[in-house]
Amino acid sequence: MWGCMRAVGQWMASYMAQIFHRSANTIAKASIIAAILLIGGLLWAGLELQRSPYYTYAGVARSQPVPFSHLHHVSGVGLDCRYCHTSVETSGFAGIPPTKTCMNCHSQIWTNAPMLAPVRESYRTGKSLIWTRVDNLPDFVYFDHSIHINKGIGCNTCHGPVDKMPLTYAYASMQMEWCLNCHRDPGKYLRPHRVKEDPKDPHTMDDQVFNMTYQQPTAEHPVVLPDGQSFTSQDALGAYLVKVKHVRSVRDITSCSTCHR
Amino acid sequence: METSPESNATPVLERLLPDQPAVLGPGHTMGTVTDKITAIVLRRPMTLGWLGGFVIAFTMLNMLVLAVGYLFFKGVGIWGINIPVGWGFAIINFVWWVGIGHAGTLISAILLLLKQNWRNSINRFAEAMTLFAVACAGMFPLIHTGRPWLAYWLFPYPSSMGVWPQFRSPLVWDVFAVSTYATISALFWFIGLIPDLATFRDQAKNPWTKRIYGLLSMGWRGSARHWKRYESAYLLLAGLATPLVLSVHTVVSFDFAIAIVPGWHTTIFPPYFVAGAIYSGFAMVLVLAIPIRKFYGVEDMITLRHLDNSAKVMLATGLIVAYGYSMEAFFAYYSGNFWERFMFLNRATGPMSWAYVLLILFNILIPQLLWFRKVRMSPPMLFMVSVVVLVGMWLERFVIVVVSLTRDFLPSSWGTYTATRWDYMTFLGTLGLFFTAMLLFVRVMPSITIFEMRTMLPESKVQEEVAAHD
Repeated sequence: MWGCMRAVGQWMASYMAQIFHRSANTIAKASIIAAILLIGGLLWAGLELQRSPYYTYAGVARSQPVPFSHLHHVSGVGLDCRYCHTSVETSGFAGIPPTKTCMNCHSQIWTNAPMLAPVRESYRTGKSLIWTRVDNLPDFVYFDHSIHINKGIGCNTCHGPVDKMPLTYAYASMQMEWCLNCHRDPGKYLRPHRVKEDPKDPHTMDDQVFNMTYQQPTAEHPVVLPDGQSFTSQDALGAYLVKVKHVRSVRDITSCSTCHR
Repeated sequence: METSPESNATPVLERLLPDQPAVLGPGHTMGTVTDKITAIVLRRPMTLGWLGGFVIAFTMLNMLVLAVGYLFFKGVGIWGINIPVGWGFAIINFVWWVGIGHAGTLISAILLLLKQNWRNSINRFAEAMTLFAVACAGMFPLIHTGRPWLAYWLFPYPSSMGVWPQFRSPLVWDVFAVSTYATISALFWFIGLIPDLATFRDQAKNPWTKRIYGLLSMGWRGSARHWKRYESAYLLLAGLATPLVLSVHTVVSFDFAIAIVPGWHTTIFPPYFVAGAIYSGFAMVLVLAIPIRKFYGVEDMITLRHLDNSAKVMLATGLIVAYGYSMEAFFAYYSGNFWERFMFLNRATGPMSWAYVLLILFNILIPQLLWFRKVRMSPPMLFMVSVVVLVGMWLERFVIVVVSLTRDFLPSSWGTYTATRWDYMTFLGTLGLFFTAMLLFVRVMPSITIFEMRTMLPESKVQEEVAAHD
C-alpha cells in the first residue's frame, strides 16, 4: 500500500504546477489559529454582551416623569423603605406609592417646585404617575417579595445601594444565573431581623433587612443576636438562620416550578 | 522478499468466481481512470438531463424554504401534530434521514478498516450522501422545537440562565450524537477529497477553477510525507467514524426506547434501528449509484459487483429488521403484557393498519427478491426494490412514532393524526435539499475517488512489486 502510494505520488507530482505563492502555506496554517480565535472570541463576546448592561440595563439609571432621588429621601430625609413600598412584607409586589404618599409631605414643602409639577398634576387629576420600571422580571418568572423579606434577605442585597442613588437604577442583572447564585446557597446573604440593640448605633434598633448600612459579620464586627449569640462569619450565621428560619432545601428552591409556575 | 510465481506475469488483483463481475472494468490505466472521472466535472458540458433534475430538485428546495419560513412565522400549529401525537412528520423524517446517512459511514469507515477494496468506487458519493442526509435530518429537531431561534439552548454553553441542558434526557444525547456525526462525516469527506481536489486543480484549464480547487486542496503536492500523513489521518477518522455507525442510531432509538409508551419502550430498538439505518442507507446508495453510473457512463467503475454487494448488505440488514418486527410481535404475545399485546394488535388491525401492512410488504416481502441473482444483477429491478425499501423504512418510523402515540394507556387520551400540506411540503422539501446538494456535488466534486481507484489498477500493483525488489 505504502509503496504504491509513493508511486502514485511521484506520478502526480509530475503534473504539479504552482498556483499559490509559498507564503500561502503560512497563511493557511495561521488561518487555523485565527479561525479558532475568531469563533471562540465571537462566542465569548456574544455571551459577554448578553450579560452586559447594554442588554440587562443593570447600573443604568432610567429616566422618570419626576427625577425622584432615593439618595435624598433615604439617606437625607431618613425614610424607611416601607414608608413608600408598603406591601413588601406581606405581598409579592413591594408596591409603588400612590401620589398621595408623595403629597403627605409635598403638600407642605416644596409646594411650588417646578420639578414636582407632574406630582401635583397627578394629585389634582387623579391620574397615576407612570414610572419606568427599573427591575423587571419576565412574565414567566414568579417572584414574591414577602418570602424573601421574611426569611431575611436585605433590600440592598438585590437592589444595591439604593440610599446612594440620585436616580434609580437596577443593581443586578436579574438573569436566572443571578437568582440561582443565591438559591443554590441560600445562607449566603441571610440576615437576622433583630440584633442586640446598641444605644450607640441607632441602626441596631431597626429591622436589619431594611438597614441600608447592615454589614455581614466579620471577626472585627461580629453580628450579635438579641439572645447574645455572636457570629463572626456569614457561613456560621447563614447556616444558623437557614435552620431557625426554616429556609427550604436547595433542592426545593432550585426546582423549576419554584419560579416557573 | 519472496514473490509468488505469478507476480511477474499478469498481476491478479482479485480472484473472481465464474460470472462474477469485476470491481473495475478491464482496460483502465492510471491515466484513463483520472481522465474519466475528472472529465465528468471539468470537461463535460452541462446536459439537459442534469439541468432538468436540478430544476426539479431546486424547486422542491424552494418549497422547503417556503414551508419552513411559514413555520417560523406561524409556529408548529401549521403541522398536523397535536396531543397525543406531538411527534409527527418532523421526527419521522429526522430518523429516516439520519438512518440513510449510516450507509455512507459504513462504506467509508468500516469497509475501509475491513479492507474491502470494492468500496473505493462508491465511498465518495456515499459519504456525500451521508453529509447531505445528516443536513436534512439535523434540520428537523431544530424546526420542531417551536422556537427554533432558541435551538442553541440544546447545547451546553455557559448561559446566563445558570443551568445546563438535562443530561439525563436522550434528546440531549441526540444533540451530541448527531452533531458529532455531522462533524466527523464532514471531516472524513473533506479529507478524503483532498488528493482528488489536487488532481482537479492540476487538470483544470480555467484559472479560477484552478484557484478554487487549489484552495480546497490545501497545498497538496502528493509528496511521500503528505501521503503518510494523509493515510494516518484517514485511518484515524475511519476509526472515529466506525463506532458512530452503531452509536448514532442507537442514541436515536433511545429517544423512543427510554420513554414508556407501548411500542417505544423496548430493548430491541437499538440493534434494530441500526440495522434499519444501514438497510435504508444502502437503498439510497443504490438509488444514487444506479443513475450516476448510467448517466455518467461509469458502469465500468461502479460495476454490477458493487450493486450486487450493496444488494446483499440490504438483504442481510433487511432480515435483521424482519427479525426485529417478528420479535416485537413475539414479545407482545410472550410477555403477556396487556399494553404490549394491544399495541401490536392495534398496529396490525387498528385504524392505521394500512401503514403496518405496507411496511411488512415493502420492508420484508418485496426485498426477498434480492435472494435472486437475476434481480441483484439488474439495475432497474434493484432501483425499484431500493425505492420500495426507502418508502418502507419511512413507513416503519411512521408506525413507530404515530401509531404508538395515537393509542397509549388510557382510551381517554387516544387521538389521531393527519399530516397537513405543510408536513408534506417540508418532507418533500428536504428531498429537494438532498437532491440539489447531490446534483451539485456530482458536478463540482469527484463522485468517485480517483486516487483510490488508481490503487485498484494492475499498474499500481506492478509498481509495488518492483519497489519491493529494489
